[in-house]
Amino acid sequence: MDTAKQLRDKIAAGRMKSADAVKTVFDRIEKIDSTLGAFLSLYKNQAFEQAQVVDDKIAAGQPVGHLAGVPIAIKDNMCTTFGATTCASKILENFHAPYNAHVVEKLHEADAVIIGKCNLDEFAMGSSTENSGLKQTVNPWDTDRVPGGSSGGSAAAVAAGLCCGALGSDTGGSIRQPASFCGVVGLKPTYGRVSRYGLVAYGSSLDQIGPLTQDVTDAALLLNVIAGHDQRDSTSVPETIAPVKDYLAELETPVKGLKIATVPHLNQGADPSVQKAIQDALGVYKSLGAEIIEIDMPNFDYAISAYYVIATAEASSNLARFDGVHYGYRSQKANDYVEVYSKSRDEAFGTEVKRRIMLGTYALSSGYYDAYYLKALKVRNLIRSDFTKAFDQADCLMMPVSPTTAFKIGEKTDDPLQMYLADIYTIAVNLAGVPGISIPCGFDEKNLPIGLQILSGPFSEDKLLRIARMHEKQTDWHTRKPNF
Amino acid sequence: MAELDYKIIVGLEIHVHLATRTKMFCGCELAYGDTANTHVCPVCIGMPGSLPVMNKTALEFSILTGLALNCQIASFTKWDRKSYYYPDLPKNYQISQYDLPFSEHGYIEIPVESGGTKKIRILRAHLEEDAGKNIHTLGNFSAVDLNRAGTPLLEIVTEPDMNSPEEVGALARELQRIVRFLGVSEADMQKGHMRFEPNVNLHITRNGEVFKTPISEVKNLNSFRAIERSIAYEVRRQLHEFKETGKTLQMGNKSTYGWDDNQQVTVLQREKEEAHDYRYFPDPDLVPVEVNDAWLGEIKSRLCELPIQMQLRFAKDYGLSDYDAGVLTADRATAEFFDTAVKFGADPKRICNLLTQTGLKLANEKGTTVDQLGITPENLAKLAQMTDAGDVSATAATTIFEEMAATGSDPMQIAEAKNLIQKSDVGQIEALVDAVLAENAEAVEDAKTNPKKAKKAMGFLTGQVIKKSKGQANPKIVSQLLNKKLK
Repeated sequence: MDTAKQLRDKIAAGRMKSADAVKTVFDRIEKIDSTLGAFLSLYKNQAFEQAQVVDDKIAAGQPVGHLAGVPIAIKDNMCTTFGATTCASKILENFHAPYNAHVVEKLHEADAVIIGKCNLDEFAMGSSTENSGLKQTVNPWDTDRVPGGSSGGSAAAVAAGLCCGALGSDTGGSIRQPASFCGVVGLKPTYGRVSRYGLVAYGSSLDQIGPLTQDVTDAALLLNVIAGHDQRDSTSVPETIAPVKDYLAELETPVKGLKIATVPHLNQGADPSVQKAIQDALGVYKSLGAEIIEIDMPNFDYAISAYYVIATAEASSNLARFDGVHYGYRSQKANDYVEVYSKSRDEAFGTEVKRRIMLGTYALSSGYYDAYYLKALKVRNLIRSDFTKAFDQADCLMMPVSPTTAFKIGEKTDDPLQMYLADIYTIAVNLAGVPGISIPCGFDEKNLPIGLQILSGPFSEDKLLRIARMHEKQTDWHTRKPNF
Repeated sequence: MAELDYKIIVGLEIHVHLATRTKMFCGCELAYGDTANTHVCPVCIGMPGSLPVMNKTALEFSILTGLALNCQIASFTKWDRKSYYYPDLPKNYQISQYDLPFSEHGYIEIPVESGGTKKIRILRAHLEEDAGKNIHTLGNFSAVDLNRAGTPLLEIVTEPDMNSPEEVGALARELQRIVRFLGVSEADMQKGHMRFEPNVNLHITRNGEVFKTPISEVKNLNSFRAIERSIAYEVRRQLHEFKETGKTLQMGNKSTYGWDDNQQVTVLQREKEEAHDYRYFPDPDLVPVEVNDAWLGEIKSRLCELPIQMQLRFAKDYGLSDYDAGVLTADRATAEFFDTAVKFGADPKRICNLLTQTGLKLANEKGTTVDQLGITPENLAKLAQMTDAGDVSATAATTIFEEMAATGSDPMQIAEAKNLIQKSDVGQIEALVDAVLAENAEAVEDAKTNPKKAKKAMGFLTGQVIKKSKGQANPKIVSQLLNKKLK
């Protein structure tokens, strides 16, 4: 499958029809998605219509956007006026949004063809997509294994060649970890870089939309399309404070005098095969002349505890609106309005969502607020300062994305705490708000992909992508595709 | 039992709808009484993925009110979520302000019956979004109208500094006058622009010991009369209850009451304040607001003289009665129009009469304010001067006022064109007087000799002279001449 950039260039140059590209992906989806389970909904007719519009524009010599005719998938927690926006939850199974998310508008402006909406852990809560209330998605490298999560459907779809690229959302690693498990590139931009308008909120102060792509160039291309201020999202950063850059412009230029920081005690927690892959990646950078320093991130270990207080607190409030009163699932067994709430929510939310709502409600309760929520905010500040200090010393941080490669379906579902702990490398990044990327850097002995995580300072996605591209140019991990 | 010595203690929570064009966190226009759910969007009905964006004007209106209430304005303020489940609250949390309200620690001066004012301390004022409305009149089910959801709502909390129903009423009226002067709210009670929740209890002294009765919170009062009557009722009820049970204020035994306007009684809604846990936390969708000196200065420049100060000044400087000063300062347009007209030099009482008797009536009929009638303050002053000088009669002044409003012309020109100038030439009038006296011998006789009929006869003769002058003779001179000649 062509990358988004390659395909767009071919289509724009008239060397290929968008309609043919769309046909290719739908043929493949029809062949394998019943096994893979990446998509919750598909929009074949609409996709062909959109492809035709693009092909007509090109035939007429009109200018076309940066994703002209390119088949793109989006995670099903982004609102669209077409189809349902389910968040993989029974409570929103039939919810049709009357508006498009900001990123959907941006994709349309770029002439992309949105082919379908991808599976996820219910309300983006999870690390394996096993918490989807609607569907099971499997890992294209090994169908007994999870694709990661929560953007598991998006990652699996990109890895299996069911789309040229996809959008996911990342609250505690939900783009980077499935990208790592599926062997694709996943970028979480700086908090505030991409508008959250139309993204169904999980943890509002942590959520960020980003691309999952076949290579670093495509990540830059998609970021170019979706980044920027949106007045409908007060937390999206104004151009005057952090202007959007052309992330493709300098992508091929290596960062001169690159200084990389690593955190030895963190890496030691990963599987040997993961540790080795990270060492090999660092070796690649060394061979390119990079300097590698070892630093300490003293508060990193508290990230998971702080995250599961802050994210669940916000979630308990964000998900309060799903009550069976105004829209979405309503219990038929309710006898009064209080039961409309309690029964609708009880019947339609999955176990993990309920667990997090209860955790968050508890943390915010009077008498516990100071001990949990307020303390977590303090930890968050300490973690931020850890990152600030790190980026004072080095251009970027490198570490694993996940301590393991993709695990087996059902392996961790009985032990939520184990599942939470696996997010150790990705979670602190969301608490600090900095950008992070996962790029393929090797395979373990079971031929499962391993991701290298690179982190850099706020709004330095341009540098982050350039650093990622340096590694990509020297290796071919990203070109390996699952035999699916 | 002997009558108890007691003191009434009342604090007040007031909700004021701000008169912004759009809602607090979205672009929907404010609506009152429109078809249900026609002023809504994804944000104010809490659709997933929608995000609030602060209405800057609403915050500016609030800060302006805070300044008028002598509050300290915070340089850093933020938004919090207040969680509770109710069908009229679409997100099941209300965006409000918890620990860092935009303003705190002020006071409001209210007029008191003995004259002068009393200071009532303001604890805090914060901004929040209003909820929608549940409708229970459709039979077997309830409906929700979200037109009101998201309306900017200013909540003002006073200290318990009021000691009578009348003082609470006075505060409510004074606040209405202030927000109208500032132009931040229409403060129309019937439209629910202002809602009041008094917290009432009594400090009863018996045998030298002070007993505090349990606090009652009366919810959602939306008329001045209901405020005063419900508090008066609570005073009676609490006194009675204390005599019967001796119950006193303990931790947490605040009860919530509603006001039944038909029965004129308060009705218990919740015995004990349920252990409400609103789980406040900072709203991550909104950025905190920094109010810097430049911005605050700009808002300060929009402040005007407050109505109570104007009222006191009008009474003191212009010698007006408290009543007149109160009528003139009921709205800002009238007050300022009056104040400007007086500066053109005429008797303030005369200007006041013209403005309150004719001006306000006319403005009311036209559904506007006196400054919009087409009359300049200068011309009003001229008219007052003409009336005082006897150039025109008081009746004629009304006619001229109306004509001024219709045409915008100068009062003297109107008076001349309409032949409304009074004749004050003694010689001319004397001739008319003589003629009338000659023609009405009987009345002259009565006036001179019959004390019983003298007054009536004088009135008749005056009328005849004025009639002969075609209404133009100055009645003062007519009566002086008649008196002289009939001695």
